[in-house]
Amino acid sequence: MTDIREVSVEELRHLVSERALTGETMLLNMGPQHPSTHGVLRLLIELDGEIVVNIIPDIGFLHTGIEKTIETKTYEKSEVMTDRQDYLNPLGNNLVYCLAVEKLAELDVPERAQAIRVILAELTRLNSHLLWLGTSGLDLAAMSVFLYTMREREFIQDIFELVSGQRMMTTYFRPGGLWRDVPEGFEKAVRNFLAIMPRRIKEYDDILRFNEIFVDRTKGIGVISAEDCLAYGLSGPVIRACGIPHDLRKKQPYSGYEQYDFDVAVEEGGDVYARYRVRLKEMTQSLRIIEQALNRLPKGPVRSNNRKYVPPPRAEIGVSMEALIHHFKLWTEGFKPPVGHVYATTESPRGELGCYMESDGSSKPYRVHMVTPSFVNLQALPLMGRGLYIADLVAIIGSIDIVLGDADR
Amino acid sequence: MGLEQKTGNMGIVTTKLEQVVNWSRTGSMWPILFGLACCAIEMMSAQAANNDMSRFGMELNRASPRQSDLMFVAGRVSRKMAPVVRRLYDQMPAPKWVIAIGDCASCGGVFNNYAILQGVDEIIPVDIYIGGCPPRPEAIIHGVLTLHDKVRQEKLKDWA
Amino acid sequence: MNEYLKQVITAMESRFNTSLEQFREESSLIVKPAFIVPLLTALRDEFQFDMLMDVTAVDYFPQETPRFHAIYQLYSMQHNLRIQVRALLDGNAPSIDTVESIYPSANWKEREVYDLFGILFVGHSDLRRIQMPEDWVGHPLRKDYPLGYEEVQFTFNFEDIMRNKPQAKD
Repeated sequence: MTDIREVSVEELRHLVSERALTGETMLLNMGPQHPSTHGVLRLLIELDGEIVVNIIPDIGFLHTGIEKTIETKTYEKSEVMTDRQDYLNPLGNNLVYCLAVEKLAELDVPERAQAIRVILAELTRLNSHLLWLGTSGLDLAAMSVFLYTMREREFIQDIFELVSGQRMMTTYFRPGGLWRDVPEGFEKAVRNFLAIMPRRIKEYDDILRFNEIFVDRTKGIGVISAEDCLAYGLSGPVIRACGIPHDLRKKQPYSGYEQYDFDVAVEEGGDVYARYRVRLKEMTQSLRIIEQALNRLPKGPVRSNNRKYVPPPRAEIGVSMEALIHHFKLWTEGFKPPVGHVYATTESPRGELGCYMESDGSSKPYRVHMVTPSFVNLQALPLMGRGLYIADLVAIIGSIDIVLGDADR
Repeated sequence: MGLEQKTGNMGIVTTKLEQVVNWSRTGSMWPILFGLACCAIEMMSAQAANNDMSRFGMELNRASPRQSDLMFVAGRVSRKMAPVVRRLYDQMPAPKWVIAIGDCASCGGVFNNYAILQGVDEIIPVDIYIGGCPPRPEAIIHGVLTLHDKVRQEKLKDWA
Repeated sequence: MNEYLKQVITAMESRFNTSLEQFREESSLIVKPAFIVPLLTALRDEFQFDMLMDVTAVDYFPQETPRFHAIYQLYSMQHNLRIQVRALLDGNAPSIDTVESIYPSANWKEREVYDLFGILFVGHSDLRRIQMPEDWVGHPLRKDYPLGYEEVQFTFNFEDIMRNKPQAKD
């Protein structure tokens, strides 16, 4: 165990202003254990009185070594790791991992599996946005929203539990389709949720939009310009709040998103309030997508028929020698995609989530790198926070919706 | 018709000091507001309306370790985070207890590699381990109740 | 392949002597490390690849030349296109020029690559470790760095492991 390393101002000389060296401004440490850093983020803040001069984020307190561990496991086993990196978007992480493997191996995914993937991915987006709404409301002292959103999250987690047996870390999407078909009560549970949700979203909006304290603390705070968004490679609700309609579900559709009719939520202003509006609009659009996908849910298989990559169904193993061999080979060695490298992207609740995957022809991935939106978006925090009060910083950290597991991996 | 009832009618209850102290300690255990990873989300679910951990005297999460007597280690502890966790533990006033939520905090879980501590018990003593990845809110509440049982059994000679 | 992308690739081939690698409809330009800054500047200013989504690296360990590939993922908002640039780096302590001045988003990404792979970015404004503690030795994502696997405790080896495992004191 290493000790806590005390950093001197001398070492951070290139990051702080001249005034910090003379002691005119103060360096303040915030985190890693702080109620409003949404995890284990540490910020070194240079303060002039209560005005923020500069912010030096320090991440890595949740560095899990996921990329290294994936290299030592087979493709099927590594998928378990991906759930746990962005723990508010577990199914989205599964999705991007599966898309990368499918691109690498040129696997086909049946229609039904794609539709169910869309439904569950959108439910995950709602789940993430609900938690974001609750916790960032909590940061601004709006306690009641937290209790309401956590109540609705239970509906979604019950649906996840129904389909996979786990509330959060489902690993339900597998390369080539799904783990298994959804159970009987799935459609009813989702329809029930769809019936409840629009009214509840309006309820949250009413609580916050007419709350003068909330509006005062979010409007005009943490503004970032569209040019900076592009230069810093930001994505997701942060860039859409600057008036750029960039949504990978529309621009580079995956998993059949091109079939659904939905609008990209865009707001002007680029402040905390605009990001809040974007996410709230997105929740409504997600409900629209889920409803469409549920209405046209096709019948059929949920796993690819490619036996070199996808294990055969249990019933086939008893009667077919071929199936038995495939089953044995897949579970002892794993499948072996061709040599090459691919880059798959999805739109996660936080922005562009990419997966760079390189194969050397063996049954283990040679290198997997997750391009995570929290890492990229967090980098722009100093830009948004400079010149504001330290209390506004809390609102800004909440508004960019970081998940430290996603940033540190 | 013993002495107890007679004194009871007069408003006097006879009991052991040990029991009173242990009872009062279980009644309002204040956890430190400290989440690390995935399990922190389930910990929040356990504290939110549906599961409502405040039924067991846990409604108040203190952001400062100086005011709390229970630490939930909710999630994986990395090598970089380990000294911070130890320092937080050191700052908590005695008596203090630790619950390791989830597989990662208990034993490293699926992450057996260079970056993650193989169980938080390498750096701080743990009272209760809760299994699951992540454990359900009910499991977390069960862990808390198990800790209450443990506290009720503490002996006066150990802490006085 | 997209017409515009074809045009970009031919221009890059003639100007920076890049070679093209294609796999699953993705194009990667392979370039000498000396050309990385002018190449990315040209891609940003002349061909509207205005976003750098990622910088990462791959280690091909026993192989020495080139041991590392530095990988840049670019995206063009206007044309909705992606392109990958790979720079080949030789030796055990490689270095490459930073692209921070072209794309500010490279700052943290390059710090991460430096931390986990030990690739030096010459001219970087703040080249400190980002994920690992500052006093950490080694670069974990290199192929010659061990995973750090600890043996799992079972009944037969319970005592052995218990003896070596660090135990917390009160």
